[in-house]
Amino acid sequence: MRSLQALAIVAALCGIVMVAAVVPGFRPLLGIAVPYLALIVFLLGMTARVVGWARSPVPFKIPTVCGQQRSLDFLPHHKLESPFTSWQVFGRMALEVLTFRSLFRNTQSSLTAGKNLAYEPSKWLWAGALAFHWSFLVILLRHLRLFLEPVPRGILFLESVDGFFQVTVPTLFLTDAILVAALLFLLGRRLLDARLRYFSLPADYFALFLLLVIAGSGIWMRYFSKIDVVGIKEFAMGLATFHPVVPASAGVIFYLHIVMVGVLFAYFPFSKLVHLGGVFLSPTRNLPNNNRARRHVNPWNDRRPVEVHTYEEYEEEFHDKLKACGLLQEDGE
Amino acid sequence: MLYDAGKILAGLAIFLVLVTAPIWWNVATGADAQAPELVMPQDQGGCVLPSGEMRASHMELLNDWRDLVVRDGDRIMITWDGREKRRSLTASCLGCHSDREKFCDRCHDYVGVTPYCWDCHITPIGGAS
Ligand code: HEC
Ligand code: HEC
Ligand code: HEC
Repeated sequence: MRSLQALAIVAALCGIVMVAAVVPGFRPLLGIAVPYLALIVFLLGMTARVVGWARSPVPFKIPTVCGQQRSLDFLPHHKLESPFTSWQVFGRMALEVLTFRSLFRNTQSSLTAGKNLAYEPSKWLWAGALAFHWSFLVILLRHLRLFLEPVPRGILFLESVDGFFQVTVPTLFLTDAILVAALLFLLGRRLLDARLRYFSLPADYFALFLLLVIAGSGIWMRYFSKIDVVGIKEFAMGLATFHPVVPASAGVIFYLHIVMVGVLFAYFPFSKLVHLGGVFLSPTRNLPNNNRARRHVNPWNDRRPVEVHTYEEYEEEFHDKLKACGLLQEDGE
Repeated sequence: MLYDAGKILAGLAIFLVLVTAPIWWNVATGADAQAPELVMPQDQGGCVLPSGEMRASHMELLNDWRDLVVRDGDRIMITWDGREKRRSLTASCLGCHSDREKFCDRCHDYVGVTPYCWDCHITPIGGAS
């Protein structure tokens, strides 16, 4: 069971952290060294990945499109599905990055009672992914209240929208609930659907379990165990201003939260999660579909000139044979 | 050899600056890690619960008080050191912590919380010490 492998790894990490956090001597390591190291690994790792992609030549213009390309005037051009100009590409990318357009097109195949293969639209993955990613972004931004002083208005506004319903004390943030629900859905999907289970790898589950631990520990501290948030802000501000001190009042779950976030950051550039950067550099998305109007020169051409054999040379080489069977194109014929 | 170096490096630079934004923000505002100084009541005895507990969970206490008062009409509580107090946001909390701005608000501004209680509950006038 690949899901159990991932679960075992996450559980082992949790165990190690929680045991280590009991020892006061380890706390600076967990609370200060791990976050800084994780951030450095994240920044260097992301840079290395992006530079690696930038070094890879794109030999062909290969946008995968699903709309009418720009053609004759009476054929309506689908500007977002088959972009021709850079602005149209921008629009298509924005739609992809902000609304996951290509997941929206997801279909589900099944066998009907009469053993016919049927396809139908399936929006669940799209909905779950959208719910997860947007909640996660809002939560990430909300955390800035702990790292910025004074707290910017935009963050306070985000909090007030997120806590719109003003239920429970401290106020329930909707994104907390949505995030957990979406993660459980994305996990359940992999576990319950036999086909998805078949091609899911431990890495697919690992990210989900890791995120569940992070979300769970955060929710536990905010709503249930009640951490001293002022002490935590002093700690976070210490990290951001390079005068780090471990928080006196924080318990084991806090260190679990911090270290797991560190694991997520350090793991990020080297895993499938790096699609955060990769989506912007996918040639199938970020190139315009204008092959016929603008020539895409294969970058390899410059560096390793290909030996070409022109028609003229060919004709010269096989002159006699071509002439013998009457295939020679001669002037005036 | 980098292809599209201009665009890609610009994007990468924006990303790196965004990720490290807290560092730049705090340099720009000159903030340090210290929590703001709070004005504590001097002559009222201690808080209704030990102050470590109050720091972390006064919102839960207030929530319990509200339920007890509004639903059960149970208005009197005994503090942890045995005094009798009214369960009241305005009369008790702000009775001792008379300067809301230099106590509740200062702390809430620091951590970026905006309790909506003051939409209805009033702050005693002239309580500033
Ligand atoms: C030591 C700092 C501190 C002081 C002083 C303080 N608070 Fe708070 N208060 C907090 C923190 C931190 C939170 C939010 C905890 C969180 O975000 O989970 C909070 C949250 C609250 C909430 C819940 C708000 C919500 O939307 O979740 C209420 C109500 C509240 N405080 C009332 C008060 C009152 C009334 C006073 C003054 C008598 C006061 N507090 C003084 C730190 C403080
Ligand atoms: C009898 C007067 C009194 C009442 C009533 C009272 N407090 Fe306090 N409170 C104090 C004193 C005095 C301290 C400082 C205690 C100390 O430093 O040991 C304090 C400390 C606190 C702290 C911790 C501040 C810190 O940074 O350590 C919070 C938060 C707080 N009170 C909130 C409240 C809230 C909310 C209420 C109403 C539910 C309330 N208090 C009612 C007197 C009172
Ligand atoms: C919609 C208006 C409104 C809002 C917002 C509101 N309250 Fe109240 N609250 C009331 C009313 C009305 C009572 C009943 C007063 C009474 O019977 O003495 C009350 C009573 C209380 C009481 C007990 C009685 C007293 O004198 O304090 C507490 C404690 C309390 N509220 C806390 C809170 C807290 C904490 C918040 C913010 C999280 C809050 N309230 C927000 C209207 C409001």
